[in-house]
Amino acid sequence: MLELDGLAIRQGEFRLQADLTIAAGALVAVMGPSGGGKSTLLGAIAGFVGHQGAIRWQGSRIDALPPAARPLSILFQDNNLLPHLSVFDNVALGIDPRLRLSDTQRSGVMQALDRVGLAGLEQRLPAQLSGGQIGRAGLARVLLRARPMILLDEPFAALGPALKKAMLDLVAEIAAEHAATVLMITHDPADARHLCPQTLVVAEGRASPPADTETLLASPPPALAAYLGYR
Amino acid sequence: MPCVVILLALNIGALTAVVARAEGWAAFRAADWAALRFTLVQAVLSALISVALAIPVARALARRRFPGRGALIVLMGAPFILPTLVAVSGILAIFGRQGLANQGLALLGVQGFTIYGLQGVLLAHVFFNLPLATRLILQGWARVPGEHLRLAAALGFDGRAMWRHVEWPMLRQVIPGALAVVFLICLTSFAVALTLGGGPRATTLELAIFQAFRFDFDLGRAALLALVQAALGIGALLLLARLTLPIGAISGLDRPAPAPGGGLPRLTDALAIVLAAAFLLLPLSMVVWRGAPHLPSLPEPVWQAALQSLRVAGLSVMLLALMTAALALAAVYATRAGRAFEALGMSALTASPMVIGTGLFIVAFPLIDPARLALPVTALVNAAMALPFALRAVLPALRRAEADHARLSAALGLGFGAHLRLVLWPRVRPAFGFGLGLGAALSMGDLGVIVLFAQTGGETLPMQLHRLMGAYRTADAAGAALLLLALALAAFVLVERLVGGRKGLHAGT
Repeated sequence: MLELDGLAIRQGEFRLQADLTIAAGALVAVMGPSGGGKSTLLGAIAGFVGHQGAIRWQGSRIDALPPAARPLSILFQDNNLLPHLSVFDNVALGIDPRLRLSDTQRSGVMQALDRVGLAGLEQRLPAQLSGGQIGRAGLARVLLRARPMILLDEPFAALGPALKKAMLDLVAEIAAEHAATVLMITHDPADARHLCPQTLVVAEGRASPPADTETLLASPPPALAAYLGYR
Repeated sequence: MPCVVILLALNIGALTAVVARAEGWAAFRAADWAALRFTLVQAVLSALISVALAIPVARALARRRFPGRGALIVLMGAPFILPTLVAVSGILAIFGRQGLANQGLALLGVQGFTIYGLQGVLLAHVFFNLPLATRLILQGWARVPGEHLRLAAALGFDGRAMWRHVEWPMLRQVIPGALAVVFLICLTSFAVALTLGGGPRATTLELAIFQAFRFDFDLGRAALLALVQAALGIGALLLLARLTLPIGAISGLDRPAPAPGGGLPRLTDALAIVLAAAFLLLPLSMVVWRGAPHLPSLPEPVWQAALQSLRVAGLSVMLLALMTAALALAAVYATRAGRAFEALGMSALTASPMVIGTGLFIVAFPLIDPARLALPVTALVNAAMALPFALRAVLPALRRAEADHARLSAALGLGFGAHLRLVLWPRVRPAFGFGLGLGAALSMGDLGVIVLFAQTGGETLPMQLHRLMGAYRTADAAGAALLLLALALAAFVLVERLVGGRKGLHAGT
């Protein structure tokens, strides 16, 4: 279980409060207006944004840990791969930043690449990949790291609908494998419906506890309704 | 386009004159080979040392936040408008025979060292180019995507993994350009070699040209040396043309880069920052400290020279304004030849100032007393030297303004004059002011082509300062150095304010 206990973020004029829990293994969409603080919330959980209050995972505090020691993997909107490293090396960074891999670890990387459908492309550079393949490479690293939480900061926002749906299916598969908890920022109600039974709304300086996605989208609170363009 | 004609005439005309007047290879003596070798060696070493030292400084500035950081980054731009001789005065005050360093060594009973020779030339070149290299490398750090820094934190990179996967790949792209820029700048070193080098072992080609002129009045040999210098410059430029030479602007530095914890990185970063700041600030403080008492008692000729420098700088800024405006507009509007105009402006002085000076002297000498040309020729050469920097400031701003607003102007039916006045000028004005300010300071502090033309009575302030230093009139030299520093800074600030207008007036849309 992930607990945000009295979490408070201040950045200049910006304020964000969160008091909520997310069950282990839950798939949660994070929705809300632009500039509302969705990325900031994920940044705080991942260890990039300073805050007050406690963040707990399975009962123990993780907010004093450096980002790499937290029980999570995060994918950003862009630049998840280093441009000068091959796909193989980019994924292998998830095991050892110095890239000194044992044979077992090497075959682990190859298996992960195989699972996301990148077999045979391991020597390519990121610039030689399509947008969908870049997303898959990022997911291969997430798969390999096998951390109990996966944070997705819109890594698939630039993909077309069909490709994005394929990526979300891959996320669901990877999450199911380790019963991982997923927090996924999205602008698209269809994404939320497709992958996430639960949705939490970040708006007006507050992150509300996760609620059933269908119910929430059927009768959204005013801030979300305005954002979605409902009347 | 008269400017284009002037620039081409300046380059081609001078070169033709030089070729026509040059003596055969037989006249190329052993001393001249030594000058060629020294020119190359000092330029290579200056580039290597400046860039190697700039890496830890840029890294420390990129990943630490401390009070005075912004001021230090601004200071890194200052050597650009600092007159060479002022810097040399400051460096001599620290490292010269009577300098602080040697006095300290004497107190300890240790044998002192001499600054004159290769070591002095390198020291001065590093003083000027370490800040430039630091700014260029800092830009590389600023271009590392924030996600990569977060990714490194999320994956637990240690110092070595950080270096291998993030820092070195970035540096590998930035360093060749930085090396090339410093190398090209040092290739035409004159004033530094004149004051800190000299002698058969530490003479650059530019200095050898001047000596052939001044001491032997051997125009044929001067022309031959100028030819070699021109070939060297053009050769280096062609060789390095494949590299995109970086530009010296600073942007986007305030995205925080997570600083590594731990005592050792913190210590090395602190050391890099403190040493770099001291290396830049101590000589300048010495110029102010030693010059201030002698400022009121400066002799009449120094004030005369200051007046002459103001005239040169004034004329030079006017010429620079014309050239910059004409070439920038031509580069943006001439659809076919635009690139050619830009290239012409960016490499305005393919031949070095001394080469141009020699050529012009050869052309003018039979016709007119060269001393009467000192002022316009110096102003013109200074303007051509500053042109690439002014264009680098103005062109991007002009392109952006045109891209943002050209359709609006067309839709509103604004004529070209109105478009220029209402749309482009307000957007370009700050950059224009900055470019002209650079040109004013550069011209104010330049000690170059003027020494070929001017005779007693027509000296500029840098030239007068050089005489005072050479005559060991220490007190007057200290005062004149401070005066020159003040005038160069004032020229930059004044022109930038006057032409550039108040900052932020036209910010936003």
